[in-house]
Amino acid sequence: MSATARDQILARIRAANHAAAHPYADPNGPSGPSSPAVGGRADHDADADAAYEALSRRYLRAHHDPAAHDIAALFAERAADYRAVVERVPLPGPAALAAAVAGILAARAAAVPGPLVVPGGLPAEWLAELPSGITLARDEPPLPAAELDRMSGVITGCAVAVAETGTIILDHGPAQGRRALTLVPDFHLVVVRDDQIAADLADAFARLDPARPHTLVSGPSATSDIELIRVEGVHGPRNLHILLTA
Amino acid sequence: MTAPQVSGPQVSGQMPTYLGMPSFPSAARTAVADSQLRANLTHATHAIRAKRAGAVAELSDWEELRQAAKAIKDHTLAHLDTYLLRLEANVTRAGGHVHWAAGADEANAIVAGLVRGAGADGVVKVKSMATQETGLNEALAADGITALETDLAELIVQLGHDRPSHILVPAIHRNRAEIREIFRTQMPDAPAGLTDDPQALAAAARAHLRQAFLSAQVGVSGANFAIAETGSLVVVESEGNGRMCVTLPRTLISVVGIEKILPSWRDLEVFLALLPRSSTAERMNPYTSTWTGIQPGDGPENFHLVLLDNGRTSALADRTGRQALRCIRCSACLNVCPVYERAGGHAYGSPYPGPIGAIISPQLRGVTSPADASLPFASTLCGACYEVCPVAINIPEALVHLRAKVVDAKREKTISPERAVFSLSGRVLRSPRLLAAAQRAAGLGGRLVARSGRIRRLPPPLSGWTETRDAPAPPPESFRAWWSRTRS
Repeated sequence: MSATARDQILARIRAANHAAAHPYADPNGPSGPSSPAVGGRADHDADADAAYEALSRRYLRAHHDPAAHDIAALFAERAADYRAVVERVPLPGPAALAAAVAGILAARAAAVPGPLVVPGGLPAEWLAELPSGITLARDEPPLPAAELDRMSGVITGCAVAVAETGTIILDHGPAQGRRALTLVPDFHLVVVRDDQIAADLADAFARLDPARPHTLVSGPSATSDIELIRVEGVHGPRNLHILLTA
Repeated sequence: MTAPQVSGPQVSGQMPTYLGMPSFPSAARTAVADSQLRANLTHATHAIRAKRAGAVAELSDWEELRQAAKAIKDHTLAHLDTYLLRLEANVTRAGGHVHWAAGADEANAIVAGLVRGAGADGVVKVKSMATQETGLNEALAADGITALETDLAELIVQLGHDRPSHILVPAIHRNRAEIREIFRTQMPDAPAGLTDDPQALAAAARAHLRQAFLSAQVGVSGANFAIAETGSLVVVESEGNGRMCVTLPRTLISVVGIEKILPSWRDLEVFLALLPRSSTAERMNPYTSTWTGIQPGDGPENFHLVLLDNGRTSALADRTGRQALRCIRCSACLNVCPVYERAGGHAYGSPYPGPIGAIISPQLRGVTSPADASLPFASTLCGACYEVCPVAINIPEALVHLRAKVVDAKREKTISPERAVFSLSGRVLRSPRLLAAAQRAAGLGGRLVARSGRIRRLPPPLSGWTETRDAPAPPPESFRAWWSRTRS
């Protein structure tokens, strides 16, 4: 760690900003850029914060007004746009959700054998209807990465979803698991409740706690690196299944 | 690097000028002659242009978002010291370690030391412009540490022993058939019968890198944003290789330019609306990761943030040039640039190609080398770059400003034919007698060198002027000569 580099960089920033703010000052004069005024740290913080609050933000808080639009339908449409498989549980209530989860996971298990990872805090009722052939693996104690690579998939909830962009946001709290859980397995089923869907980014970010780690997921893993054409399926889960429920 | 008004010693080890890089005009001449390269670039840039326009048109308040982003970045730059200290305090509070690097060599040495300290001899890397800029991979190799690029395009470049030619898609100069060939010959575990279907190529990369991700001890990343208020870092990506690198290794090292900082968490609502639409023409990129220091039980146990200056404070000291520090590396300006489309990224001789590269590279490295001095002229000033820039960087304005700097720097050193001609014409234009004589001479001389009324080639030292342009032949008689002949 270099205290000198830190001091040097900060001094150069202060001199540069002073020079930019005083273009006609004599660079060699007593009040030139080589001697910018230095106040206390608290003053600088207060100045920056006041100027920040005064910044003009004339953009829209949401591009679709939740009062006038079916935000959940917009989310479903936009997530499907990026090749996520989106389904809605036909009826309210835990039994219908459990039946839908069972159907999707049974199909996955039939296609790709292997255990399913279940994060801590996942509501037990989501798995109440699971057929007996499906093995579950709990992440307690944490499974090694190589072990996760042998799983056929993972089921989680989410923290927030964003209708405008078709994004789900994980904050890796209860029912979501640590980050590796939704990364290494090749299939991810995520259950999204209607009340978790924010209309747009502004509302979504306001609902999150920045201290937590987050993963924003918009469709399955993809790349545009070959001829700038998007193709799905690189390192992250190649199958993203979204189940919407009231 | 010249930063005359800014005190402090000059930093050592700037961004590498690629070895033996010629100036833009000669590099571009070679590139333009490569018809395969031109076809690849035209195909890719035209495809993305239309898509970007569609993604942008979807938001009725694009201009307001753009202006807010510009205002936030300008504000941050004006209080950069305050925000950096705040970021440092918050990263440290969350269990991370913050390092400061004035130059590229210093940053590379810090990273190498941390990798050794972690007991590793290899790292997995997320695509990062900052580490391209510092030449980290080469520096680590010299130290016996292997750096594995995991972004698909970076992997193509690394396997092909090639250089990046685009900010977002470093292998944009390669088409699918060329990529297949690189994989087939350079990737030991490439599947037999690999086709040039992009899906198959992506699957080959997935299989090739899987084991490296699962066993990696150290990850190295850059960051798209660093949030001062919370100490959070943000990496925007598509493939999931970024998530692998910032999640699975025990140690994570992020090298981040000091201008990547944003004051607060809520600013992401602006920048994550602008960046994906500008860069890949998506409403949102597939994956964005944010992390704040260390999260016990989830992800790396050690987190190091290396804050990099490497010439940024020199750019900051320039009232016109500093706007380049607003750049969020979306590469929209490359995709619309008529010069980039024809010359390709390699001609710019820098990790930062295209219009934004033409104003960033000369500011980070100075305008002393012929390659850097030629970059501000690598533009027609058509302004398409300014129009698409999501943070409203007035690239043409900065280019003209830097052209003046290049000319000023030359003036101090040598006598150029151009300068001699302009100083002579200054004298001639001040004197009616000399002007009349010059006009008579030009009328005569012009007829000698002109063909069909155009002057196409002048003898040296004037040949520099006619290399890239022609001129109409001067009239046989000047207006003044005609006036005095017919009216007196």
